[in-house]
Amino acid sequence: MAAPDYPGLDTLALHAGAQPDPSTGARATPIYQSASFCFPDSDYAASLFNIERAGHVYSRLSNPTNAVLEERIAALEGGVGAIATASGQAALHLAIITLMGAGSHIVASAALYGGSHNLLGYTLPRFGIETTFVDPRDPQAFADAIQDNTRLVFGETLGNPSLDVLNIPAIAEVAHAAGLPLMVDSTTTTPYLMKPFELGADIIQHSATKFLSGHGIVIGGLLVDSGQFDWEASGKFPTLSEPYEGFHNLIFTEEFGPAAMIQRARKEGLRDFGACMAPTSAFHILQGIETLSVRMSRHVDNTRAITSFLLEQEQVTRVGYPELDGHPDQALAKELLPNGCGAVFSFDLAGGREAGIAFVDALSVFSHLANIGDAKSLVIHPASTTHHRMDAAALAAGGIGEGTIRLSIGLEDPKDLIADLKQGLRAAGKAAGGSR
Amino acid sequence: MRIQVNGETVYCYTNSRDIDHDKPSIVFVHGSGMDHTVWTLASRHFARHGNNVISIDLPGHGRSGGKPLATVEDMSSWVMSVLDTLEISEAALVGHSLGSLIALECAASHSDRVRAIALVGTTSPMPVSDAILNAAEADDHAAFDMLTQWGFSKRHQFGGNRNSGIWMIGNTLRLYERSGPGVLFHDMRACNEYTSGTDQASKVACPALLILGAEDRLTPVRSTRALQEAIPSPLVEVLSGAGHTIMVEAPNAMLDALHKVL
Repeated sequence: MAAPDYPGLDTLALHAGAQPDPSTGARATPIYQSASFCFPDSDYAASLFNIERAGHVYSRLSNPTNAVLEERIAALEGGVGAIATASGQAALHLAIITLMGAGSHIVASAALYGGSHNLLGYTLPRFGIETTFVDPRDPQAFADAIQDNTRLVFGETLGNPSLDVLNIPAIAEVAHAAGLPLMVDSTTTTPYLMKPFELGADIIQHSATKFLSGHGIVIGGLLVDSGQFDWEASGKFPTLSEPYEGFHNLIFTEEFGPAAMIQRARKEGLRDFGACMAPTSAFHILQGIETLSVRMSRHVDNTRAITSFLLEQEQVTRVGYPELDGHPDQALAKELLPNGCGAVFSFDLAGGREAGIAFVDALSVFSHLANIGDAKSLVIHPASTTHHRMDAAALAAGGIGEGTIRLSIGLEDPKDLIADLKQGLRAAGKAAGGSR
Repeated sequence: MRIQVNGETVYCYTNSRDIDHDKPSIVFVHGSGMDHTVWTLASRHFARHGNNVISIDLPGHGRSGGKPLATVEDMSSWVMSVLDTLEISEAALVGHSLGSLIALECAASHSDRVRAIALVGTTSPMPVSDAILNAAEADDHAAFDMLTQWGFSKRHQFGGNRNSGIWMIGNTLRLYERSGPGVLFHDMRACNEYTSGTDQASKVACPALLILGAEDRLTPVRSTRALQEAIPSPLVEVLSGAGHTIMVEAPNAMLDALHKVL
């Protein structure tokens, strides 16, 4: 007799974590816009503070709306628990400060979102946490960079900006052999395209601002714990396996077993650093997740249509999408991302910086802004915006050309997107001195 | 706390406190394939309320050494050995599922040392389906899946945990996955073969509380009639919305119910 099936991804995306509101019967998860919650009596209050009862005290620590979102993403990822944070950056920071302190070290992919690179490369060293950046395509480079004080291996499921496909099984093996967890930023893939825990990752970070919420209306982050990493066996994580003076010498691995990491992150990191999510933000992200599969499928279909179009254009000298011939991770993408490689990619225009600027300025359906993962299509010219301080050589070192354009493909009718891109290509051609 | 019992190092969660022989003691016994962490909220609560709490990891479970014991009778004798080691003459016992059978057997066979029992997610007899037994014997992950899915009420298949941020299905599954090879099979077989429960129940002389999940699919409320009739004057609490994994599905209601005998 086979075990009954667990609910599928689409069903969990709509239902996980939520029950009809017990007091009103409201079917949608209400926004519990309350800073704090009443205690029926003093002993009940004491029991909440001492982790004896389930419930809410203060919305920095937990909130009923956020709790639904946290359970939902944990269910979708197949983890034990999650924490909603003020932003994706806050989720990354929360994971790091939960696992380590000054004197620690991280091995990270060099192909990271700029904000993550800033945190690891410039800010955390000021607090005594150093990072070695390595080639995301080289698992041995991760192994070689691990030091005695390394406490985390980190990468993005699809690296920025070249969409390097992180070989999670191979890098997880490297990390686990060293007694370390692998954390991945799965913002651009979402659980619809990839389930990193099933591939060996131990912790997932999301910027829920992007595809999870899906409409560019909210800032939020999510930290998800698989519960699969054995913190005690590793022996490298005293924050989890030794008494915590900040909570009556509680030992998180002893009291919470598989959920030790996410519980410590809440009881300490969320409590003390305070980067909690607003309940209204959680509500918006929940609405987005309800349609995750439908949207991601359309995002990918539109992206495939756009990349096919761009490949045929003379002015386009490169289209960087892992499904395409010539991308160095094409085979790995087929294995790890069979449903698509997301909806963010870059391509190179002939004609350099001037062509890139003209292209962006000529678009009308694509929105020129610094974000990804909106239902609306987005465009940015890195050389004139996000990377404008870099010269050509520095740009090249980062895999960015002066004519590189980054697109985040939305849900519009693809024929309208292609028409818009044609308009941009005409303008780019003129700027480059061509006749188009 | 780690102690030596029958030549093996075993683990008891005590809320990081030494045993105070002037305080009443409560022993928490987990169910099949689980460990002491299922009792974290309740044991912290009763520790703060002036009790010694001893939340045990059965042999071969969690942090305890040794091999899983074969029968409920062996397990109850082992619990008595734990009390002997800790020099505790009398205790209340709280058990879930397999742990409830152990508590029942302790109360029947060692009535002089058991002052109260609370049986959570219980029934007796507690037959286990061939599907689960066969999968558990083969160390097939399907055994974990079956117990996880049927262990929660239908409404909780989608969570709704009052304990913020914890996906109750995922956390339970991880606990099963942490159990060693064969551990779940030993436990399930012990449940299945313990057929003297209703006879033993008639010998219970201490206050007894049954905490049942109204939507329990593994030990349904209707199956507990014989046990309820056999135990002299039991207290029975049926928790609405809860399935078999009551500590997770209804932690606060369970805590309130436990106060009736603890």
